Amino acid sequence: MRNSSKRLSAAGFSAALVLLAALSALYLFGGVSAETWDYNIPRRLNILAAIAVVGTAVGLSAVVFQTVTENYVLTPGIMGLDNLYIFIQTLIIYFLGSGEGGMMTSSAHFLLTLALMAGASVGVFVFMFRINGGDVYFVVLAGLVFGIAFGGLSNFMQVIIDPSEFSVLEGRMFASFNRINVDLLGVSAAATAAVFLWLAADFKKLDVLSLGRNPSIALGVEYNRTVLKTLVSVSILTSAATVLVGPITFLGILIVSIARFIFPTYRHCVLVPGTVFIGICILVFGMLIAERMLQFAVPLGVIINFAGGIFFIGLMLKIKRL
Amino acid sequence: MISFTNISKKYREEFVLKEAFAALPSEGIIAFIGGNGAGKSTLLNIISRLLNASGGSVFIDGKNLCEWNTRELAKKLTILGQSPYSAARITVGELVAFGRFPHSGGNLSEEDKNKISEALALTEMEHLRGRFIDELSGGQRQMAYIAMAIAQDTKYILFDEPLNNLDMNRSVKIMKLLHRLSRERAKSVLIVVHDINFVSFYADYVVALKNGRIKYAGDTDSIMRSDILCDIYDTDISVEPYGGGKICVYYK
Amino acid sequence: MAFRIFQCVFLVLISAISIFVGVADISISELFNRENGQMQILLSSRIPRLLAILAAGSSLAVSGLIMQRITRNRFVSPTTAGTMEWCRLGVMAAILLLPDAPSSLRVACAFTVSLAGTMLFIGIVNRIRNRSIILVPLVGIMLGGVVNAFSTFFAYRYDIVQNMASWLQGNFSLVAAGNYELIYLGIPLMFLSYFYADKFTIAGMGKNTASTLGLNHAAAVRAGLVIVTVISSVTVVGVGNIPFVGLIVPNIVSIYKGDSVKRVLWDTAWFGALLVLLCDIAGRLVLFPYEVPIGIILSVLGSTVFLVLIARGKIAYA
Repeated sequence: MRNSSKRLSAAGFSAALVLLAALSALYLFGGVSAETWDYNIPRRLNILAAIAVVGTAVGLSAVVFQTVTENYVLTPGIMGLDNLYIFIQTLIIYFLGSGEGGMMTSSAHFLLTLALMAGASVGVFVFMFRINGGDVYFVVLAGLVFGIAFGGLSNFMQVIIDPSEFSVLEGRMFASFNRINVDLLGVSAAATAAVFLWLAADFKKLDVLSLGRNPSIALGVEYNRTVLKTLVSVSILTSAATVLVGPITFLGILIVSIARFIFPTYRHCVLVPGTVFIGICILVFGMLIAERMLQFAVPLGVIINFAGGIFFIGLMLKIKRL
Repeated sequence: MISFTNISKKYREEFVLKEAFAALPSEGIIAFIGGNGAGKSTLLNIISRLLNASGGSVFIDGKNLCEWNTRELAKKLTILGQSPYSAARITVGELVAFGRFPHSGGNLSEEDKNKISEALALTEMEHLRGRFIDELSGGQRQMAYIAMAIAQDTKYILFDEPLNNLDMNRSVKIMKLLHRLSRERAKSVLIVVHDINFVSFYADYVVALKNGRIKYAGDTDSIMRSDILCDIYDTDISVEPYGGGKICVYYK
Repeated sequence: MAFRIFQCVFLVLISAISIFVGVADISISELFNRENGQMQILLSSRIPRLLAILAAGSSLAVSGLIMQRITRNRFVSPTTAGTMEWCRLGVMAAILLLPDAPSSLRVACAFTVSLAGTMLFIGIVNRIRNRSIILVPLVGIMLGGVVNAFSTFFAYRYDIVQNMASWLQGNFSLVAAGNYELIYLGIPLMFLSYFYADKFTIAGMGKNTASTLGLNHAAAVRAGLVIVTVISSVTVVGVGNIPFVGLIVPNIVSIYKGDSVKRVLWDTAWFGALLVLLCDIAGRLVLFPYEVPIGIILSVLGSTVFLVLIARGKIAYA
């Protein structure tokens, strides 16, 4: 039994790797001539690097988030961080305008947003978790409800914002890989890598958490500490990915569900890399569609959310018991 | 040995458990009885650190519960709750292997593997080893979780209503298994049971609760008395001799 | 009975205050002076606005009550089940496909889409294991987010993202005679739900109990959903999204009055109307002379109350 499932996982990984290589090559070299080589190749390499960072951050956070919530239809994107990001961006455009001050070009601006998002969400989650005696659902719901409130506020400001400045804001409301700043890529990559290493030490404990709260306590896992650590990690990962490219709420549910189908295991040391690979494949594929088929007309984030949404409803219809 | 003093648990302003204290024997089957809402499950959950008490302390082998390292405690004590469930797709074999987590941290040694096979054999679950637990019947799933608790190989095993929703055949099997564990391996099995006759025939020691307080505690023989049971359950129960033991009749 | 009279008087009093709050000053002594057009403002703007607020507030509160009974979950409402989002999707589809359609057609479109969407939600809820009462609204809000993602996709394609932001927002300031009357549909529906009240109460005891008591459970649920989605649709089309009213009002009322639909229906409607009215007045005064849309006031106030209710509810239902 175990051997056959290992073999299946190995086959899944090989297939994902081949697919990834093929997609990346197609994306990198598609439609490039000798004249456009110097322009296109570095640009696309940057985008691929950003995709790798976002795929890793979202894939890892989606898997561990589902583990601690003991639920396979939730995704960290719903915890309100997206709305917080949009709210911060709306405030910046509203008060600083779309000129130099409001542009996401300076590292200071980027770091400030990242720190603000990660700080606020970690603070709220830790506080909510503590006051409610360790109920994860309450924490998620609190994040979600804060998200709704932020969404309402930014909605209000968007209506009263100048239409020309709104179009700048609109560009930030949806994830896009076309305005990546290479210097900032490094910051997000470093944050993601650090959290990955920090959390990887806990993969075995997270395996046990798949059994639920009480059995994992009975098996000697420090439940509260592990869940809190995971939620903090999820906050940082989601912030890092969102600040880099913009909000992609439903990417997580899309890739983790596909990964669970291809790698039917609870083991995080298989599931996490599997989800990350699939995330990167999906993002490269999405870039191909956004750039080559839709000619940049619709940002990648909107496409991914659309596909993720359809997938979510399909998942809801398929699962017999939730 | 497990002992506790002055344990209370309060939700809002209402006590579900009040000033409970006892020192439990270190071997045998210890049954917790009482009507609905008497505080049995609450007490078990507090002893096993699933729930924090509002007041009082629990001592496991003389050491206060809050001073125990949770991983170390998991080698000493485990609990199996009511109708366990997991969203994850896990096979019976994998589930039982989780029982070794406190000892192995997830990397199984030869000894761990032996314990797993042994637990599967004791529960007669070997043939289901590769099946997913969400495909099992309720009774089989219960057995699989019991196998996990056995593989964990702790001195103290706590069961919260393990016979819930099981037929007679399976209930007897489980009680016999627990009895064997307590005798052959000197384990201390703490169990919440509703069927008073299982208590009469299998338990060595009984703790009886009513309205959140421990009203009686003692050898099974001393508790299986008509007046005590009537007081605990607020209903007429007569105790008759039967096959060398006592049987409780409360059907009319 | 005395309490009922007090409720009515109180509501009328607040309504009167609401009429005289606004950018253009209106005073009773000047009201009948024909030259300054105060009567005109009153009749064409303030009174319609008041009526729209009362109708929307009370019918949304009642629709939340019905939803909570038929899903047997206190945290379900048009806001937390995605119904409002489905309505918007329907409205957007109507605007994109038939730009010149009258608002009745928009309502029909919103109704069709949201009924289908809410039935999908009910189907999902029935399959959720009864483990956490919070999981149900969590899934509902996520479903709403998914539907929003669809709307956004099309809005982006047709470049109406900012427009959409403006008509997603609950706002009574645009209400004037001639463009909001559909909201009155909510009032007969409230009476209809009074006749169905006992059925909803029994349906709330679960499918098996309901069948034992001789109730066609599926039919009662369908009737409830139709009422809820019609109310949500006319509200979204008439004044935009008014969040959280259907969620917090029935919860607060049930703390004092219990759960029988028939007994709490009047109080729920009254409190819903009062809450929306007060929030609307607050919205007009907070940043005077600017007006903060009621959608904002309610999303901030409602989310806070919701969290408090959950924190309380967790203890009550544990």
